[in-house]
Amino acid sequence: MIDRLDQIFVLLKHGILGYLPENWQTPVGVILSVVCIVGLYPALFALTTILERKGLGRVQNRIGPNRVGPYGILQPVADGIKSLTKEDIVPTSADSVVHFLAPVILVVTVFMGFAVLPMGRNMVLVDLDAGLLFYFAMGASTELAVFMAGWSSRNKYSLLGAMRAVAQMISYEVALLLSSVVVVMMTGSLSLVKIVEAQNHYTFGLPHWFIFTPWGFAGFLMYAIAGTAETNRSPFDLPEGESELVAGYHTEYSGFKFALFFLAEYVAMFSIAGLGATLFFGGWTAPLAALQWIPSWIWFFGKLFVAMGVFIWLRATLPRLRQDQLMNFAWKFMLPMCLLNLFVAGLWWFMGSGWMRWVLCSALLVLAYVVMGRGELRAKHVGPRSYRYAE
Amino acid sequence: MLGEGILKGLAETAKNFAGSFVSKERLTTVEYPEERTPLPEASRNFPFLVYDGEDWEKGLRCVACQICEKECPPKCIYIEKSKDKKPDYVGKMQIYPAKFDIDISVCMSCQICVEVCPFEAIKMNSEFELATDDRFGGLLLDRQQLARSNEYYHEIHPTEATEVDARLAEEKAKVEAKAKAAAEAAAAKAATSATPPGEKPATPTPVANVPAKPNEGEPKA
Repeated sequence: MIDRLDQIFVLLKHGILGYLPENWQTPVGVILSVVCIVGLYPALFALTTILERKGLGRVQNRIGPNRVGPYGILQPVADGIKSLTKEDIVPTSADSVVHFLAPVILVVTVFMGFAVLPMGRNMVLVDLDAGLLFYFAMGASTELAVFMAGWSSRNKYSLLGAMRAVAQMISYEVALLLSSVVVVMMTGSLSLVKIVEAQNHYTFGLPHWFIFTPWGFAGFLMYAIAGTAETNRSPFDLPEGESELVAGYHTEYSGFKFALFFLAEYVAMFSIAGLGATLFFGGWTAPLAALQWIPSWIWFFGKLFVAMGVFIWLRATLPRLRQDQLMNFAWKFMLPMCLLNLFVAGLWWFMGSGWMRWVLCSALLVLAYVVMGRGELRAKHVGPRSYRYAE
Repeated sequence: MLGEGILKGLAETAKNFAGSFVSKERLTTVEYPEERTPLPEASRNFPFLVYDGEDWEKGLRCVACQICEKECPPKCIYIEKSKDKKPDYVGKMQIYPAKFDIDISVCMSCQICVEVCPFEAIKMNSEFELATDDRFGGLLLDRQQLARSNEYYHEIHPTEATEVDARLAEEKAKVEAKAKAAAEAAAAKAATSATPPGEKPATPTPVANVPAKPNEGEPKA
C-alpha cells in the first residue's frame, strides 16, 4: 500500500500507457510527463506568489492580500486574468522578433532543467548520465534569453539590467558549478539519480546527506548564495532593481510576456532549489529512517517549499547589494572558498574513514572562512557616510 | 564575523513574522471598507449647506447672498436667488437659494466659502466616499444633495458646531431683546399719546417680526 502510494504517479502513467499500442508508448509517455511538469510548476508558482505576498506582509506586520477568495488564496487567479487581458506592447524601435523570442526561450530553458531532476523514486523524465552537466547547460542559457530581452528592447534601462544580469550570472555560475562539483567528486557520477541514491543510506536512523559533511555544508552554503544570485533573487536582484532600473531587462515587457518573465523567475527558483535539495539534501529521501513510509515525492516537494520559504525570508531581510560588492563577493570570496572546498573534498576522500578527517576538514574550512571574512570586513570602512561630489 | 549581521537580520524578521500572528497590536492595518478609524474633527473635504429643524428646504440657513459664489477662487458655486421669501432662524423674512450647485470636481476644499459666510450656512463636510461613474452629473451637487442637518454638523465637527450654535443663539437673543425693547417703547409711546391711531398696539404680539419690518420697510415708506 505504502509502495503503491510512493509510486502512484509512475503506476498511473504506466496504466495509461497500457491502453496504447507498443510503438506509441514511448512518445506518449514523454509527452505525458512533460505536460505534468509544465502544468505543475506554474501551479506551484501561483501558490508561491500568494505565499510570498502573505509572508512578506507578515514580516512587515501587514496582513497581505486577503480580498480575492478565502484568505486571498485566489489572488494569483486574479493576477493571471489581469496579465492575460493587458495590452501587449512592443516598442516601435525594438527588434520585434528577438523581443518576442526572449521570454519564450527563457521559459523553455528554465523548464528544461526539470528534465533531469528526480522528483521522487523512479520519477525522473530522463535519467541522463550527464544530468548535472545538462542542467547547468540549460541554466547557463537563460543568460542568453535575459540578454536578448535587454538588447532587443532598445531601452537603456533594459540594456543596463541585462548587462548586470549577464555579469552577475556568469560570475556566480562559476561558484555554482564549483560548489556542486564536490558532490560529483564524492559520488563519481553526474547523474542526479545516482547522486540521490548515494545519499539514500541511513546510520542510526540518520541519512547520509552531503549537507552533514564539512565539505557538503560549505558547498551547500556556497551553492545557496550562488543559486540566489543565479535566479536574480533578492538580495542579488540588481538586474531588475526597481529603484534603479525601473524593472531591469523586462522594463519593456507588458501583459503576458511580462507574466512569462515572472513565471520563469519563480520556476527557476524551484529548479535551483530542487537541484540544491538533490545535491545536498538527498533529493526525495526522508530525513529520518523512521519516516521513510511517507511517499518520496512528498519529501521532494516539501524540501522545495522549505527552500522557497527561505528565499522569501531572505528577501524580507536583506537589502540589495551594490554592483561592485556583488562582483567582489563573487570573485574574492566565493571563488577562493569554492576552490578550497574542492581541495577539502579531495582530502576527505583520501583520508579514509575516521574522526581525523572530520576535524581537519572542518578546521580548514572554518579557518579559511574566518580569515577571509576578517579580510573582507577590514577593507570596509564602516562609519558615517561620506560623499565625494554631493556635499 | 562575516555573516553575523545576516543571521541577526534573519532572527529579527522571523520575530516579526511570528509576532504578527501572536499579538494583534502589531498589525496596524485597518481593513478599510469594513473597519474605519474615526475621522479627526478638523478633517474637511467639500462644503455642505446646514439646515435647522426637520425639513431641509424650510430650514436652510442660506439666504442666497452670493458672497461665497463671488469669493470662491475656482468658481465652483452657482446660486440662483428665489423670487419669494421665507423666514430665517430668527423669523426674519429672507430670500433663499432657488438653486445652489457646487461642482466638487472643481472645488479645491479651501474653506473660503465657509469663512466668508455671514449666516453660518455653509460648512465643510468630511464625507470622502464620493466616487461616481458619472463624471459630470455625479460630481455636480445640487442644494438637496448639499443639505445636511445641524445635528449632522454636530456629529462631524462637535466643537465648532457648538460654538456656532452659541453664536446664533446669542444673536437671536439680542434680536429678541431689541424687539422686546422696541415693542415696549412702542407700547409706552402708544400709551402716552392716548392711543389715537388705535391699530398700533396690535404689533407687539408677533415679537420677532417687529424689528424686521421697520428696518426693511422704513426706507421704502
